[in-house]
Amino acid sequence: MTQDGVNKGRRRFLYIATGAMGAVGAVGVATPFVRSWFPSEKAKAIGAPVTVDISRLEPGEIRTVEWRGKPVFVVRRTEEAISTLKSEDLMSRLSDPQSEVASQQPEYAQNPVRARAEDLLVVEGVCTHLGCSPQFIPSVEPQSFDENWMGGFFCPCHGSRFDMAGRVFSGVPAPTNLVVPPHMIEGAMLTIGEDTV
Amino acid sequence: MSTNKPAKPAFMQWLDQRLPVTSAYEKHMSKYYAPVNLNFWYVFGLLATLVFANQILTGIWLTMSFVPSADEAFNSVEYIMRDVDMGWLIRYMHSTGASFFFIVVYLHMFRGIMYGSYKKPRELIWVFGMLIYLVLMAEGFMGYVLPWGQMSFWGAQVIISLFGAIPVIGDGLTEWIRGDFLISGITLNRFFALHVIALPLVLALLVVLHILALHEVGSNNPDGIDIKKHKDEQGKPLDGIPFHPYYTLGKLPMIIIFLFVFCGVIFFFPEGGGYFLEHANFEPANPLKTPAHIAPTWYYGAFYSILRAVPDKLMGVIAMGAAIAILFVLPWLDKSPVLSWRYKGWMSKTAIVVFALAFIMLSYLGGQPVTDLNTWLARFGSVIYFGFFLLMPIYTRMETTKPVPERVSAK
Repeated sequence: MTQDGVNKGRRRFLYIATGAMGAVGAVGVATPFVRSWFPSEKAKAIGAPVTVDISRLEPGEIRTVEWRGKPVFVVRRTEEAISTLKSEDLMSRLSDPQSEVASQQPEYAQNPVRARAEDLLVVEGVCTHLGCSPQFIPSVEPQSFDENWMGGFFCPCHGSRFDMAGRVFSGVPAPTNLVVPPHMIEGAMLTIGEDTV
Repeated sequence: MSTNKPAKPAFMQWLDQRLPVTSAYEKHMSKYYAPVNLNFWYVFGLLATLVFANQILTGIWLTMSFVPSADEAFNSVEYIMRDVDMGWLIRYMHSTGASFFFIVVYLHMFRGIMYGSYKKPRELIWVFGMLIYLVLMAEGFMGYVLPWGQMSFWGAQVIISLFGAIPVIGDGLTEWIRGDFLISGITLNRFFALHVIALPLVLALLVVLHILALHEVGSNNPDGIDIKKHKDEQGKPLDGIPFHPYYTLGKLPMIIIFLFVFCGVIFFFPEGGGYFLEHANFEPANPLKTPAHIAPTWYYGAFYSILRAVPDKLMGVIAMGAAIAILFVLPWLDKSPVLSWRYKGWMSKTAIVVFALAFIMLSYLGGQPVTDLNTWLARFGSVIYFGFFLLMPIYTRMETTKPVPERVSAK
């Protein structure tokens, strides 16, 4: 140890130690700023279930219900629409006909009609591509975007198509079927956002 | 003492001893030598600065009447338009200014591509410029959300959902950006803060860096000639003239012409035919109904077209990101020995023209509905877009270039 000589090893150690402490401090300071961007308690609390009366929903009709700020489509399917859902012709054009992607529906909706009751479709009206709300086009007739249209949902933003069970067609930008939210049916009352009493 | 210069006033002497006022003025204005042959295309940097000042000034005034909440934002914009004295003018100056900002920035960038202004030693100027462009896109996007119309809401929904395509963290990331499970007043409030404070500060800093880097190496010119190679006895470039007054007062006519056009739009076509202010945005945001036709504002059209051209969510987002990212590395893709296209071969010249046409077509398609034809045109345009950059190392090396003169040509 000399007064004028420089101990380079020790100096480097001090540099690194100071730098590391500084980095830890910076992460600590950044924490509140980053965390304050997550959904607040108030935003979380708004996600309460909603209950609607669906007794007057006629076959072929759609009703849009707001749940957690998102549109939820409630559709009473016609007999023809239900039988179309099970046809090979349609199934072969879908990318997930058996609803195998588990995140897109609760277990009780993992069936050919993606519903608790065959006639009642409950799906979030939020395109799985970039979040636009698809249009409901139930009529079975040629469309500008699909010559062999069998009824379903069409997203105007980027042309994604879904059938009457919210199953996505192959070759469109949306990667997965529309989400079936947790829901339950008690007589004429439909509750969205809750599936066990 | 035998200098002919008049002595500096006592106050300037006092100031200069404490702050480098005179030396900074000389370095950046009166003794900053710009090439004599700068043409029409060299006005857009100046115009961008002018529009930036307009945005800051009108923006400050708009915040005085705007209310950043989901319930009040739309109404407060209508209040500005109808009840605030001359509020309509300030808002139109701001909204038209946004579109003009992109017009002049695109022309400014195209100038750089034509004359090779991004090439050595000006790579860093280009990179800072690209950062400015990137922040400007974020700034324009967040500004568009604030009036809380239908297009504000659904545009924000689509753009933020882009981050959802990132594997694993995507969903959490979108929630973090929105601060909610969907676009809501919370999102609006934070976008307001970013649009009004954070991003303008970053922009101003980047503009300073852009100009400092430019003044370190000096301006390029349409011939791509280094004017510092030939200097007179006093060390002034023979082909250079002081920036001030030649390019400040000298460009005044161009600025006046620009302002005529700018005011023409503000007073006679403030909506720009639905391109500057989209018609769907005159309807308040409705989270339950997407407008039948949604499109981004025209200045994002090209990138939006590239996104739509790819029939896969993640790949589409990657393609769009790559389209922007590839611009950053342009200085290292161009292997040509010359800077300006005046001396490049026919391949580079053709590539630049075809690229510009493809960019315009993509920008246009971004605002058009999805049809088979449009999708194929967008794919065709995207291939040209990427081809221009990815093939650049090949064609700039292959072609024969013309000899570059020693001194700038009299233009």
